[in-house]
This record gives sequence, C-alpha cells and structure tokens, in this order.
Amino acid sequence: MTAVEGLRDIFTKNLRTSGIYIAFVVIIALFAVLTDGVLLAPGNITNIVLQYSYILILAIGMVIVIIGGHIDLSVGSVVALTGAVSAILVIKNGQPWWVGILAALVVGLLVGAWQGFWVAYVGIPAFIVTLAGMLLFRGLTYEVLNNISLSPFPRDYQQVAGGFLNGLLGGPGYDVFTLVIAAIAVVGFAFSSWRSRMGRVRYQQAVEALPLFIAKIVLVAVVVMAFAWQLAHSRGLPIVLIILAVLILTYNTVTNRTVFGRHVYAIGGNLNAAQLSGVKVKQVNFWIFVNMGFLAGVAGAIYSSRSNGAQPGAGNMFELDAIAACFIGGASTTGGVGRVTGAMVGGLIMAVMSNGMQLMGVPQSTQQIVKGLVLLLAVAFDIYNKRRAGAAR
Amino acid sequence: MSDHILEMHSITKTFPGVKALQDVNLNVKRGEIHAICGENGAGKSTLMKVLSGVYPHGTYEGEIRFDGETVEFGSINDSEEKGIVIIHQELALVPYLSVAENIFLGNERSHRGLVDWNKANSEAAVLLARVGLDENPTTPIGQLGVGKQQLVEIAKALSKKVKLLILDEPTAALNDSDSEHLLNLLRHLQGQGITSIMISHKLNEIADIANSTTIIRDGRTIETLDMVADNVTQDRIIKGMVGRDLEHRYPEHVSHIGEEVFRVEDWHVEHPTQPGRVVVDGASFSVRAGEIVGIAGLMGAGRTELAMSVFGRSYGRNITGKVFLHGKEIKTRSVTEAIDHGLAYATEDRKTYGLNLIEDIRRNISAAGLGKLSKAGWVNGNEEIKVAEEYRRSMNIKSPTVMALTGKLSGGNQQKVVLSKWIYTDPEVLILDEPTRGIDVGAKYEIYTIINKLADAGKAVVVISSELPELLGICDRIYTLAFGRMTGVQERAVATPESLMELMTKEKETVR
Repeated sequence: MTAVEGLRDIFTKNLRTSGIYIAFVVIIALFAVLTDGVLLAPGNITNIVLQYSYILILAIGMVIVIIGGHIDLSVGSVVALTGAVSAILVIKNGQPWWVGILAALVVGLLVGAWQGFWVAYVGIPAFIVTLAGMLLFRGLTYEVLNNISLSPFPRDYQQVAGGFLNGLLGGPGYDVFTLVIAAIAVVGFAFSSWRSRMGRVRYQQAVEALPLFIAKIVLVAVVVMAFAWQLAHSRGLPIVLIILAVLILTYNTVTNRTVFGRHVYAIGGNLNAAQLSGVKVKQVNFWIFVNMGFLAGVAGAIYSSRSNGAQPGAGNMFELDAIAACFIGGASTTGGVGRVTGAMVGGLIMAVMSNGMQLMGVPQSTQQIVKGLVLLLAVAFDIYNKRRAGAAR
Repeated sequence: MSDHILEMHSITKTFPGVKALQDVNLNVKRGEIHAICGENGAGKSTLMKVLSGVYPHGTYEGEIRFDGETVEFGSINDSEEKGIVIIHQELALVPYLSVAENIFLGNERSHRGLVDWNKANSEAAVLLARVGLDENPTTPIGQLGVGKQQLVEIAKALSKKVKLLILDEPTAALNDSDSEHLLNLLRHLQGQGITSIMISHKLNEIADIANSTTIIRDGRTIETLDMVADNVTQDRIIKGMVGRDLEHRYPEHVSHIGEEVFRVEDWHVEHPTQPGRVVVDGASFSVRAGEIVGIAGLMGAGRTELAMSVFGRSYGRNITGKVFLHGKEIKTRSVTEAIDHGLAYATEDRKTYGLNLIEDIRRNISAAGLGKLSKAGWVNGNEEIKVAEEYRRSMNIKSPTVMALTGKLSGGNQQKVVLSKWIYTDPEVLILDEPTRGIDVGAKYEIYTIINKLADAGKAVVVISSELPELLGICDRIYTLAFGRMTGVQERAVATPESLMELMTKEKETVR
C-alpha cells in the first residue's frame, strides 16, 4: 500500500471514527483561539486532566456496557457510595489511605455483582436495574454518611487524585521526570506498533507504507511530548494521569484482543447469533456489570480524594456525562459498536468544551445547552452516516 | 365466463437477483373459497402481498382487477378500503388490548376524537357473535387461545366490510377442534357472500373446504383446479406442487457411509410460551459418518424446533429425550456443551440467528471457534485474519477482503460465512437448517458442493429443507416430519416427491 493510498484509506474508510478525531482537533483549536491560548496553558491542561479523569474512567466501563447493548444509570450514585465508604473508614475510623481505596473498590465490585445478577441471571433490562440502583445506592450513601458530609481526608489520601510525581530528577524550571516518563511511553508505543506491524508482515497481511507508519508515530510522539512539556511546566505528572493511562491501555486491549471483549461485541451485535455460537451470554453480561462496578469504585476513590471528602450528593449526573462521552465517541445506541478510545475522545471533547466555556465565562445554563446540542448532533451524524452507508449498498 | 371478483393477470414481481413471481394469473370467483397451494418459497405469500398492497403498485408488473374495476393499491389501507383483508399467519393483535380495542384498532369508533366505548363494545359484541365467539369484548386478547384470537382477526376483518378475505395458513397453529370451527366459519361466511382465499399446507382441509385450488410453483401458476368438476384428490394436488425436473441442479455425489455417529431418541419439546402445546412429539433419527440425511416437513412441522432444541436447548421447554454420539449418550444442555461435543447448527434465519450483521466477515467466521484462536483468553488477531482469508478463498466468499461487513453480502455469501463459522469449529455433526433459503441457483450449487465435501470428510450431515427436490437431490436418506411427529424415513432410491409429500401431510397416526 502506498502512502497516498494509505492516507486516503484513513480518511474515507472510516469516516465515523476519523470524523471524531477531526472534530476533537477542531474543537481544541476553536477554544484555544477563543480563550487566547489559555486552554493549552500548562496549568489548564493539568486542570482538565484532574477535573475530568473520573468521568473518563466511568466512560471506559460505560462503553463496554453500551457495546454489550445495555446502559448503566447508577454510576453516579456508585461513585458517591464508594467514596462515602472510603471516607468513613479513613476519616472516621482512622484507617490508612489504602484501606479506604481498597474498600471503595470492593464496594464497587459488590455493587457490580448485584446489578449483574439482576441483569444477567434474572433477565431484567439494565435500564430498570440501574435506575433502581441509582436510587438505591444514593439512598445507601445518605445512610452511610448519616446525611452529612465528611472531610477532610489525610494528606496521603488526597495525594491519590491531587498528587504529582515531580522533582524526582530535578530540572531547570520544568520537571525532567515527567518528560522522561512521556519519552518512555512514546518509545513503548513505537515499539509495540513496530511489533504488531512485524506480526502482520509475518502473516503476509497488507501494512501501511513505511513513511506513513513513521509519520504516524512521529505525530503521536510530538503530541505526547508537547502535552508532557506543558505538564512539566506546571506541576509535573499527575498520579491520576498514570492511573488513567494504565486503565485505557488495559481496557483497549481487553476489548480488542481478548475472548471476553469479542463476546461483548457479539452479544451487542446480535444476541441470538451470539447465543447460538456458544457465547455464555449470562456470564458475559454479569462480568460486564462487575467491571462497571469496579471502575465506578475507582472513580469513587479518585473523586473523593480530589474533592477531599465525601458528600451525600457526590457524583450527581456523572452517569449522563459518561453515557454522552460514549455516544459522542461513536458507540451505537443499539449495541455492538463502540471503542474505548472513541469514548475517551468523546469524553475529552466534552471536557475541552466545558473547560473552554468556563474559561470564557460562559454561563452554566449556556454550557448545558451547548453540551446537549453537541450530543444530539454527534448521534444525528452517526445515524446519517449509517443511512448513507445503507443506501450505498 | 362466470363472475370473477378478482382477476390477477400476468403478475411479475422481481427482487434484486430473484424473480419471485413470473406471469402469475389468479382468478377467483365471487363467493367461493379458493385455496392456494405450493411449496414454501413458491411465491404464495409474495402474490398475496402484491394483492393487498404491501408491495405497492409500480413495484410489480401486471394487472389486478377487483370487483370489475382495475385497481392500483399504494398501500394496505387502499386494499382494505376496497374490502380486501389479509390475515397473516403471525397474528397482528396487541395482547394487552381488549378484544374490542383490537377489532377497531386503526379504525376506532370515535366521536370528535374521543373513542365511543359503548358503541365500540356493542359493535364488537355483534361481530363476535357473527364469528361464533362467546367472549366479553373487554377481555384482553392475551387471555384468549390462538384459535380464538384467529376468530377475533376474522371479526376485525368483518368490521372493515370485507368482500375478499385472505387467510395465510390459518390453521397452522390450531388444534383439530379449533381448525374445524374455523373452517365451518369460512363456510358460514361464504353463505353470507364473502369470498375467501386460503393459503394452506393441510391438503385434507383444502380437499374438504375449497371450491377451487390454484397451484403455484417456482413463482409461476401451474394450474387452477375446480375441486368438484375435476374431481381433485390430495394426490392430484401433490403432483402439481412438486412436479419438476431434478436434472443438473445437484452435483454428482457418491456417499461413503460409515458407522453411526449421531442419534436422537424419543425427542419431545413443548412450546416455550404456550404451556402444553407439543411441538415435537417423540421424534427419533440417526446419522452415520459420511451420510447426508434430510428432514422434510412443511411449515410448522417442528423441524427447526427439533434441531434447535437438540442444539443446546435453544428452543422450547420440558424437553425430554436422549442424544447419542458414537453410541454413547451425551448431554446437550447448553450451546457450549453441544459445540464441545462436536455439534454444529446453521440456522434457517441467517440474519436473525446466524450472523452479526454489523460485524465483519472475519469476526463472524471466528465467532464459534474463538477457543481455537486464543490462548488464556487472548485472541491471536493475525491468525484470525489468516483463518478467515483461508475460508474466504476455499468457500469462494465473494468479497474483496474479510473486513467487509456481513450485512452487505448477498444471501449466498452470507450463508457461506455461516458455514465457514461452523466448519471452523471442526464438528462431527452438522445440522443445516434450510441451507439454501433465499439463495440464487448458482450459489445453491456451491452450497451443495460444500455439503458433499463435508460428507466426504466423514462428517454426519443433517439437512432440513422444505424443498423436496433439494432433499431428493442431495440426501442419502430422508426423514419426514409432520405436525411434530416423525412419519417415516425413506432411502433416496425409493423416495419420490409424491411419497414424501404424502408422509409430510399425514396427520395423527405415527409411523416409527
């Protein structure tokens, strides 16, 4: 494949997926201009990461739920509940920070198992189960917290979401450690891309032209290093970013390369066909929700750490942000289609828009209206594309 | 020339790649009960859809004259306005609404936008009396049995001032007494001047009730018989339904038959949602290595139900019976278990049950055999593409790459993907349900060749089909299933379409 053909391929073959990246770049450029560059300033980039990390983590779990053909309305409440349990242990009972984190994860898993049981084994639609969960876990949060907010967490607990790895290697006015980690990530990316390219060559499959391949890696390297450069000039590498990166990598691999991931797509794509192909539908559905619960636990721990306390009303409407991220990121409302990376970009589009509008001083009400319209347009675009593809058949 | 209420002249209807109807003529006399016979896929339902406006004027060629005038229906509403009402095999009733609400659905008895319930209920009561149904009009439809629901459908048709009533397999889902009641009602309505067209597989009923019968085969009208004047028997209808040549449509094949591989004994299945309705009743069959066994049966005979319930209990409830593999009893309680034992089932409905249409060829082929492509839960994506490419070539799936979505393939190529999926699981027993349904002739030949190759590789193959020539063309032995019972088994050498059709329409007494 020549470079030109390859490029054309990228743009034409999958307009839906490439469309979202183009939209992302356009939105960043737009708000960078509208905010006179403040959007891309070191301090603000750090802020975006810290502020939206838990939505992105929820969106990872949510996109898997949505690919499977379900929905989860309860994650906001689960974030509140897991954070509350953690706060009780750490703030009230004086347990060490890691006990709180662990408790949040365990509660998340239990919640997931509970909802998974009703969805998979009793056969109640996830919409109903998680709507009930939304009320149930919100109520439990109030019970656990006895109706009052708890704060503050000890310093080491706050570090989980608010902490930075910096100064480890010193540096003249910027953090060298951050740049080193980013460089390692870039090398890792290049290495794994090369390995998968070699694998394809070994199997005699078409690979993209070498110049294009290199250009792609250089582009990624430039973007990552520029991002790291800005972070390094602020407060260094946020711990949350490391957690998020690990989760994205892991779940991207799980959805693309494991049998479990395949089965999720199969169930969402055609439940009957999956069943008749020997997919253990109930088990897969159960684990989809256990996983969602787990990630809601992670998000709960991070949110409580960042907000430095637990409030009964925490995490309100988080589910809607997470769901919106998935649909903007190209997931299908009927299941079977979606990607973790897509959901991440969808989440970041929302994040950049909110952040940009906040910087511009746009009123909260207008922000909501814009976000609503963007979600609507993204899905409308998706449907338009599908219809066109259908007509071309 | 006698008074015809309906004359359809040289109707031709083409779907992309398939000529479903070709120069079909249908003349129905006023006030008669006219039966339409033909194998599944012969074009009966298509013809009725043309008549009722489901396929609007302009999408077919030919002329329809109804009640003395040429009609051009744009939709089903147009035909209903003229008094043509079609009752489909799958009843179109809303289970949670009352009898009266269903009767007047879309045709509400209203006054200034508000429904006049007293009027609706009292008119419904009158209509129910006309069809001989003693039910309260306010009873929810879901509480009535299928037989009574069928009568409500007819009442609904009567409410529309029906002149020509079309019934598609009206008694397929009914028991004997309900069927008899329905047939009596048709005679009664005939007395009131209502003409009926009835599509049916039950030849005894046709012989019993119809005044004339039109036989359709391969999208053409074969003949119209006057039941009395021509002294028509069931055998005569069978001959008309199946008579066509079998030459050159099936690849030459000599079977090398070995030991018995697979046997099902005394299989019994009940309907999943209608408790007590037996769908498969004590069926037994066996297949040997290298053998291609056919299961013949008309719509509603329980063929698919039999296959799916054997394949991991994917259908029905209260399933009893035994399954043997190489003489040893095995359990097939789940699809996974069935696949592990070396069973494969390719469904009759590719789009609903066979394929993930929004996924590519590659991942559809690997869907049932992911275990072979993965280690500790990790799928080898490159190996997967390689496997898919191999099948794309060997099965001649017409697509430039294996990354094409299966939803965009033609029926024949979709079927090849389904077969690839199952062949990749390396099964010992393959059950192929209507493997050539909706596929053009050329692709059919390819599918037959694949089936022959499977048998040559020593697999035990079961082919379920409603096309008798197909079964006679490729099978070594053919079982017949009628109304859930195995009514016989015939070697290819002695089987004829007539003998099979007779067994397939045989009611009650069981031949084991």
